[in-house]
Amino acid sequence: MGTTIESKTVEQTARSAALRAWLRYGVVAAGLVVALALVAYFTHGAFLDPGNLINVLRQITYNAILAAGQTFVIITAGIDLSVGSLVSLCGVVMAMAANALPFHGVALVVAVLVVGALVGAAAGFVNALPVVRLGLPPFITTLAMMLMARGLAYKLSHGRPIPVNSDAFNAIGIGFTLRRLGHLFALPGIPVAVLWMAAVLILSGVVLARTRFGRYVYAIGGNIEAARLAGIPNRRVITAVYVISGVCAAIASLLLMARFQSGSPQTGFGFELTVIAAVVVGGTSLFGGSGTIAGTFVGALLIGVLNNVMNLANVESYTQDIALGAVILLALILDQLRKRIWS
Amino acid sequence: MPQPVGVPLLEMRGISKSFPGVRALDGVSLAIGAGEVHALVGENGAGKSTLMKILAGAQPADAGEIAIDGKAVQIAGPRDAERHGIAMIYQEFNLVPQLDVAANVMLGREPVRFGGWLDDRAARTQAAGALAQLGLELPLAAPVGRLAVAHQQMVEIAKALARKVRVLVMDEPTAALTDREIDHLFEAIRALRERGVAIVYISHRLEELPRIADRITVLRDGRVVGGGTVAELPAHEMIRLMVGREIDQYYPPLPPLDPAAPVVLAVRDLRSGSAVHGVSFEAHAGEILGLAGLVGAGRTEIVRAIAAADVPSGGVISIDGKPLRARGPHDAIATGIALVTEDRKGQGLVLDMSIRENVTLPHLELFSRRAGFIDRAAEAKSTRALVQELRIRTPSIEQRARNLSGGNQQKVVLAKWLTERARLFLFDEPTRGIDVGAKAEIYDLMVELAKAGAAVVMVSSELPEVLGMSHRVAVVRDGTIAAILTREEATRERVMALATTARGAA
Repeated sequence: MGTTIESKTVEQTARSAALRAWLRYGVVAAGLVVALALVAYFTHGAFLDPGNLINVLRQITYNAILAAGQTFVIITAGIDLSVGSLVSLCGVVMAMAANALPFHGVALVVAVLVVGALVGAAAGFVNALPVVRLGLPPFITTLAMMLMARGLAYKLSHGRPIPVNSDAFNAIGIGFTLRRLGHLFALPGIPVAVLWMAAVLILSGVVLARTRFGRYVYAIGGNIEAARLAGIPNRRVITAVYVISGVCAAIASLLLMARFQSGSPQTGFGFELTVIAAVVVGGTSLFGGSGTIAGTFVGALLIGVLNNVMNLANVESYTQDIALGAVILLALILDQLRKRIWS
Repeated sequence: MPQPVGVPLLEMRGISKSFPGVRALDGVSLAIGAGEVHALVGENGAGKSTLMKILAGAQPADAGEIAIDGKAVQIAGPRDAERHGIAMIYQEFNLVPQLDVAANVMLGREPVRFGGWLDDRAARTQAAGALAQLGLELPLAAPVGRLAVAHQQMVEIAKALARKVRVLVMDEPTAALTDREIDHLFEAIRALRERGVAIVYISHRLEELPRIADRITVLRDGRVVGGGTVAELPAHEMIRLMVGREIDQYYPPLPPLDPAAPVVLAVRDLRSGSAVHGVSFEAHAGEILGLAGLVGAGRTEIVRAIAAADVPSGGVISIDGKPLRARGPHDAIATGIALVTEDRKGQGLVLDMSIRENVTLPHLELFSRRAGFIDRAAEAKSTRALVQELRIRTPSIEQRARNLSGGNQQKVVLAKWLTERARLFLFDEPTRGIDVGAKAEIYDLMVELAKAGAAVVMVSSELPEVLGMSHRVAVVRDGTIAAILTREEATRERVMALATTARGAA
């Protein structure tokens, strides 16, 4: 009797899982179609214009890159509030480096990125040190870093944007590539910055889902003591996720600097909140242990689309904030209800 | 012995409940009178918890009805259950550790004066009253988190009393208690019985039931398979009903000890934290060494120090004659030490990970290819083999650890350390809270590990288990080893005497 019951169980579990997946994605797909129809109506078709869609992707680039780094941190049940300030600090330092380093062209871009990444990584390391050594909450250490990095950015730049003199950054700031692909949609090409985003997202996604390091990140967020007793080097892994978040801040900062041809101490103000919103709307639990980069991308995309649609529909910016907040809340409520119903 | 007279206080009739693919309860009926202690026994997965969750309003039943005082009642949620005087005490307590005893007892029932001000004095009086009913006095102003587990449990019971409990469900109440604390608990339960409270008592410790229970109901595979008074159901009969077969030999025969077997683990003057003060002993290849003693004597701390879960403050630990200098669990694991912790949910498993991900966690490097990529096919293959070897009952190796029963969870924890056979296995309460069938399988596994040449050190609070499963028994008292006894020397009385007698008096 035991075996029949067991095989039945397996079958039913598999069948109900498939059913659930269909229900879930079916509902999501139907919702998307309806939403798109509404959006197309209210924006008189402007939203669905390929040029606009590419524009949305370009606008979410910074948020998505920062959110990819933040996803690592939040899966370990941590938080990194310093990313917005790190964007400005890295931007200022990179602009200074761009003007000072004796390189040209691609070599200059690479050298500047290395400098920025070192700054971001160092800040991430400092964020993590009191967390892993003293057990301080990351909320506090990264809050402190948020203040310090912003202050340092202002100090280094004397409060003014630092213009970048080289034109080596034009390509990643405003350039297009894959022209043939672009021509299919009557576009000049795909923005280079979007490819940077794609690279960061794919790399992060693969590392999280497929590597030992990624597995350790989930294990630490799921049960830090069980992870430690399994011999996982918790301190090193936790340090690494804050370093990754810092490096992502440097990459986002490079793209911003390239776009505006300057490094400003004011950029990135308040970014941390949008970034965390993207991660959480994307299904990553603030309690740690679960989440995906794909989800984070969807979260960033949702926020980006919303902003874009409201801009196209000429919604006043104060109203936009209210709507954005409401949508974030709604997304989380729906996700929670879905989990309740299907668990 | 009080017998249900006339209408039972609580009656559950024909309760059925199905989960996707599983029939958890199939027409279960249960009747309990006022002032009766009714034991509910069965293997993990037999349906005990589901039945009690339905009673507590945590889950709806598919069919059946619940009656209080003969009147059918609807229990749609925890509030309904509370209104009908039904209270549960789970193994994991529902206390707020930072709040004091009085505040916890009166939680949600705080007496207030006009204007909503808390009336602390009334709260303390009422809390003290509830504790007095249990024949207990506790420091009312002490934060509950600082109390011993046994006292926290009493706070839970007092909390139920303050809510005018009529039906009290206790899930494995003795699992974390010492013998003396169990005596106190039983006195408290008897006091409740005198007051006419109906008590549902869930336990895997069958030997304690004759001391405390009036009647017994045995569940298997979601059905009632037997029941009766304690006198009608001796332990072997209960076990037969629970597992559906005779377990004639509870403990497997131990392999003979080779006197020339090499020493695997040598501990010299080990010190750790405030709990281990100079411990020395050896364990040989093929040997199972039991660590007996009272809860809090330092047994867990000894094995944790050996596995570098806590870094020892002094002493020498050698594995195969080589001194071990481990700075953390990682180093100990690399030397071939496996620690199977006592608290499987807190320390053994990542509950939201799959069986596969849990099992491979300590040895993930064995399943890694270049650049740290994980070879999932290899993981799956290894995990499947272990699931089969340990007879872990699950529809798939992708099942989350959270959804497994206690016995199967414990087997997953064991499987983690079987991917690469360790030299030294440290088991801390390996069978706590798991069913008879799974226990027997874990004993078999320990014997097999010993036969294969590993050394096994087992901490257990169940004396029969220590005596039945150890070649030698080391009795731990106050952070030191009081004595090491051979299998022949180790009698129940002798071990208990060594464990409980103050130093120097033995």
